[in-house]
Amino acid sequence: MAVRIQQTGEVLSAYLSGELDHHTAKEMREQIDSALDLNMPTLLIIDFTDVGFMDSSGIGLVMGRYRKIAKAGASLHVTGTSPQIYKVMKLAGIERLARLEKGE
Amino acid sequence: MKVINEFKMTVLSKSTNESFTRAAVSAFALQLDPTIDELSDIKTAVSEAVTNCIVHAYRESLGKIYITAQIRDDYSILIRIRDRGCGIDNIEQAMQPLFTTAGGERAGLGFAVMQSFMDSLKVRSKVGGGTSITMVKKISMRTNGNVSK
Repeated sequence: MAVRIQQTGEVLSAYLSGELDHHTAKEMREQIDSALDLNMPTLLIIDFTDVGFMDSSGIGLVMGRYRKIAKAGASLHVTGTSPQIYKVMKLAGIERLARLEKGE
Repeated sequence: MKVINEFKMTVLSKSTNESFTRAAVSAFALQLDPTIDELSDIKTAVSEAVTNCIVHAYRESLGKIYITAQIRDDYSILIRIRDRGCGIDNIEQAMQPLFTTAGGERAGLGFAVMQSFMDSLKVRSKVGGGTSITMVKKISMRTNGNVSK
């Protein structure tokens, strides 16, 4: 399973794992979306701690989820980003849409 | 500038080959003893270029992606990724950050990533004839691995 979903009250956390590219993004996206459709949170956390690689397909995934939850007034945190993932996120200006946190 | 080592490979435009090609090119680049950051930059740029071939050049069809990598005596790696797909009508527009023809789930950042993570990027394209991307990354002088001139 590429995404582990955890719901705690109004917070939905999606823990991604593996490599995130155009090939794997679709399944991850669908898993997050079905959790959002079931229960729209006030805060969505997408965690990248266990993601070893990400290209701009990951930006598409984050921006797409942002558009979905922003309509419902919810906010987004992007956490656990490795230096490589953080660099791609910064290039896309994700910090303007979400709280962007580096991993340990 | 002299080419010290070279490898070529051809893969089908299947999305499973995105991870294979970036792993293969980065394994070849290891000969230059790059830093982890330099290697990540190469991997990311290759992933973007190959994804472009799959998503844009060949779209719903299956075609071949031609990859050449050269290690050169100025401690740089040149990577050329070529397809015989539909070609790009307006390269300037295609290279604009956030421009995409692929719809909502593509960020339109492929070229921006290649441009910012590599030291140079050249794009040649012909509508109906395909696209060729040439990128170069300079590797910082450390031990510079197994490069023998």
